[in-house]
Amino acid sequence: MIKNFKPAVTAVAVSLAMLSQSAISAEQFFPIPSFRVGPYGANGQSFYGGFIDYLNYVNMKEKGVNGVQMTYEECETEYNTAKGIECYERLKSKAAQSAGPIHPMSTGISYALVDKSAQDKLPLTMMGYGRTDAVDGSVFPYAFPLVTTYQMQASAIIKFLKEKNGGSLAGKKIVYLYHDSAYGKEAIIALEAEASLNKFNLVQVPVAHPGNEQGAQWLKIRQERPDYVVFWGWGVMNQTALKAAQKVGFPRDKMIGSWWTGSEEDVVPAGEAAKGYMAATWNVSGKQVPVIADIEKVVYGAGKGNLQDASKIGTILYNRGVSAAVVSVEAIRKAQEKFGKGKPMNGTQVAWGLEHLDMTEARIKALGAANLLPEIKTSCSNHEGSGKVKIQQWDGNKWVPVTDWIEGNKALIHPLFQASAKQYAKEKGITPRDCSKEK
Amino acid sequence: MLYREAGQFKTTYAADQQLFPIRQDRIGLLLLLAVAFVGVPVLASEYWFSAILIPFLIFSLAALGLNILTGYAGQLSLGTAAFMAVGAYAAYNFQLRVEGIPILVSFICAGLTAAAVGILFGLPSLRIKGFYLAVATLAAQFFIVWCLTKFPWLSNHSSSGVISAQDIVIMGFNFDTPVSKYLLVLAIVSVMALAAKNLVRSSTGRAWMAVRDMDVAASVIGIKLMPTKLLAFAVSSFYCGVAGALYAFCYLGSVEPDGFSLDMSFKILFMIIIGGVGSILGCFLGAAFILLLPIFLDFTLPGVAELFGLPFSNATVSHIQILIFGALIMFFLIVEPHGLARLWQIAKEKLRLWPFPH
Amino acid sequence: MNFFLEVLVGGLLSGIMYALVALGFVLIYKASGVFNFAQGAMVYLAALSVVGVMEWGAPLWLAVILAFAIMTLFGIATEKLVLRKLVNQPPIALFMATIGLAFFIEGLAPMIFGSEPRALDLGIVDEPIPWILDNWNMVISKFDLVAAGVGALLVGTLALFFQYTRIGRALRAVADDHQAALSIGIPLQHIWAIVWGVAGFVALVAGMMWGARNGVQFALTFTALKALPVLILGGFTSVPGAIVGGLIIGASEKLAEIYIPPVMQDLFGGNFGGIEGWFPYVLALLFLLVRPEGLFGEKHIDRV
Repeated sequence: MIKNFKPAVTAVAVSLAMLSQSAISAEQFFPIPSFRVGPYGANGQSFYGGFIDYLNYVNMKEKGVNGVQMTYEECETEYNTAKGIECYERLKSKAAQSAGPIHPMSTGISYALVDKSAQDKLPLTMMGYGRTDAVDGSVFPYAFPLVTTYQMQASAIIKFLKEKNGGSLAGKKIVYLYHDSAYGKEAIIALEAEASLNKFNLVQVPVAHPGNEQGAQWLKIRQERPDYVVFWGWGVMNQTALKAAQKVGFPRDKMIGSWWTGSEEDVVPAGEAAKGYMAATWNVSGKQVPVIADIEKVVYGAGKGNLQDASKIGTILYNRGVSAAVVSVEAIRKAQEKFGKGKPMNGTQVAWGLEHLDMTEARIKALGAANLLPEIKTSCSNHEGSGKVKIQQWDGNKWVPVTDWIEGNKALIHPLFQASAKQYAKEKGITPRDCSKEK
Repeated sequence: MLYREAGQFKTTYAADQQLFPIRQDRIGLLLLLAVAFVGVPVLASEYWFSAILIPFLIFSLAALGLNILTGYAGQLSLGTAAFMAVGAYAAYNFQLRVEGIPILVSFICAGLTAAAVGILFGLPSLRIKGFYLAVATLAAQFFIVWCLTKFPWLSNHSSSGVISAQDIVIMGFNFDTPVSKYLLVLAIVSVMALAAKNLVRSSTGRAWMAVRDMDVAASVIGIKLMPTKLLAFAVSSFYCGVAGALYAFCYLGSVEPDGFSLDMSFKILFMIIIGGVGSILGCFLGAAFILLLPIFLDFTLPGVAELFGLPFSNATVSHIQILIFGALIMFFLIVEPHGLARLWQIAKEKLRLWPFPH
Repeated sequence: MNFFLEVLVGGLLSGIMYALVALGFVLIYKASGVFNFAQGAMVYLAALSVVGVMEWGAPLWLAVILAFAIMTLFGIATEKLVLRKLVNQPPIALFMATIGLAFFIEGLAPMIFGSEPRALDLGIVDEPIPWILDNWNMVISKFDLVAAGVGALLVGTLALFFQYTRIGRALRAVADDHQAALSIGIPLQHIWAIVWGVAGFVALVAGMMWGARNGVQFALTFTALKALPVLILGGFTSVPGAIVGGLIIGASEKLAEIYIPPVMQDLFGGNFGGIEGWFPYVLALLFLLVRPEGLFGEKHIDRV
């Protein structure tokens, strides 16, 4: 027993030694609560692979952000809230001096972290998931549902359908098929608002977790004969829905999914059944994006790639990880411009950077990420910054964007966020910041 | 030597029947409580409080609840997390809807609500036994979580079904730091653990054990099965309900119904099986084992991989962790099927004679 | 009426898919009294082995044979290394050990074969049969019919195996009474190894069917949750019970999902869909109140 214990002790000592090293200044530390195992492990591998690859890419190509090298530490959450908290607390102690934005990529974890991260003054980013009313930065100074939210996405999908139908959806029937959880329920409020505005008929069909059996739902859809199915699935529910649509003969090109239903991982296992299926996304796939191709050359060329399976480079989720990292690094750059170039930025400074992002098309192009993600301009009252998505279609081999960036109906959706944020502030006794005074 | 009780004479019935009849146990427990209440808050870091100690205590409490039901009354349940969810949502609603209710009263009401729900789902136990009952308690697990998702009133009409726990204020003091939350949880758990220890040696506890060992025989000797079994469900659910309220208020802050998943129920079941079925101490040992092992592996494995220069990717390390976790569970069961508490008992017996065994 | 029939038939066909998984539980419980929670993980391991081996370049038939070999070896190893050491321990310890086993598999399988979801093409398209669609306006999938055929074949084979072969008879003897079987010279341990091998085979069939239907991925482990109510309803020890239970659960769950939420909506307002998660369990629970040992389970008489 003693014999076996020894390597473990040394290992602890070694890992502790490594930890204390990473705290040396002139390094920007990224706490990364990631997941690579469990039901959604494959998604996490691509996303965090892309994220970490980009950090390394900036380190190798540009010697970091103005000379500040980026370091990171991962912690496995298994997409489980309790483990996510443990990871956050563990990584937090190392993020006191410098902290990159935290991307938990889980609705449950990000909900639990909203309060904690505000207390600890660490920036929590929820790109395309999480607490959507955090768009209102006056109540949520440290939470950033960047790029776009479920509600804006739903609104953008409706806009796309409306344009497809010559500008009107009046009298049409749309089925909303969703994962019966916080994730799936978020979009309902937006769809209901859109339904009463555009006078279409909304039918809600929930699917119980995990959603590996949808016979009844699809027979119901067949009976309803909707014009479109808007689809909010996650994990195995996605393939099952595509297969079940095929089974009842519902055309896949009348199915529009959310961005968590539109990656290669979601459609490839469904085989032929996925052909023609459409999904929203806020980042495009492929290696035609200069920075993606360059990462493959620079990082993987040097043998420092994070992905085990390099064929994942250029997939939707990999590119989504890269785009998340692009925005995160840009926020640090922005913060350095204000608080001192060449210095590591702490949580408050990075949050300032995230709140003052101004990524125009030209700026995105200069970063080599042309067309990878939409323009982003954040402010105190708008932590979302964009609200734009593209609709893409699966042609059997790859995702092909079929539209330009479509923006959701901000005038309709953003007041919903503000109302919800106000209620939250009241429940929690938070005094909102006055955004008109923020510069 | 260390555990020799020679010379400790019991001269009254009260002394003979006390909770910890051996002096060493009493001293040990007092020391432990002193360390937990005084030493730990001084020494531990915030990480220890928020990520390890608070969840450890809360899960110990939930395991205690399950152990009363499964370990003492012999009714296997797989719905523990759902009863915790009832407690969490009940506490939230009592705080929200009853003007000026003290938080501790909310917690007790949450426990009582969970107990009522527990009795409801305990009714089938009068006819169903063993694994059939276990699978039937899964009905509670799925049904309760579904209800919490479906009735918006329960989550105060939040669009996502997520509730965000209110502040904990007792007598004007706001428990908002990790240390204060830890002390609150510790106090509640200590009291409830002592209560449980007391309860299981009372006539109620003895009736439970008789039912566990053979319910037909128990009814023959005059134990009424229905009240006994239902009481076990009620008490067990009460404990789980309070644990759930603490889970929402002192640990996570925001909870969604799906967070109280089947996985969590299983985790609590692991705790009592690994710790020791039918042992109060076992709940704590099991909770520590199940919660700390993955963290320990998390810390050591990447280091070990690096030490030996193994080309493991992050994903592989994570997979190996799960694999080792599973293997260790099997290993412990083979070595000691009666759990860690039994190991402690054996150690105690050895210590009685050590260092001079016969 | 037509719609009702369509839902009913669809449900019955889904039920067979559940029964395929439930069969694995029944086999092991029947022969060794172990409630094998790792059955879902075994389904995952089996399906993953098939696609994993195919990715290394093997044709489907070879992959299936190799996967069968893997499952058999795995089953025997489990029996020898874990369960044999736990003989005579309380059932809850054995149950727990199989949960440990499930974790073990969930770590091991993706480590060897990779964790990304993959398609498994058995060459049967999951599309409505046009002829039925035209004549009766009913959606019946070709794939589901094949799955039903496979299920029937599997149950038939197992029934024959139990009834007419030497090993089958020995298995039944062991199931009835371990000690009596041992005393008349039936090698208990070989029998258990065989049972685990057969359970591995059943997991392989279930894994291929479910994998072809929804993709081969971690979520295959969740199929166990669909099988549990089937198991209670049919009884833990009955092979035909698994099939009948599967049919009842499949059909009633689909009908409930269609017809109950609208009623509740009228009563309470709001959307009450997604009841498939709990409905089968509640149904099984209500059923148990009438027949505590399940449909075909053996009646247990308590004696003091």
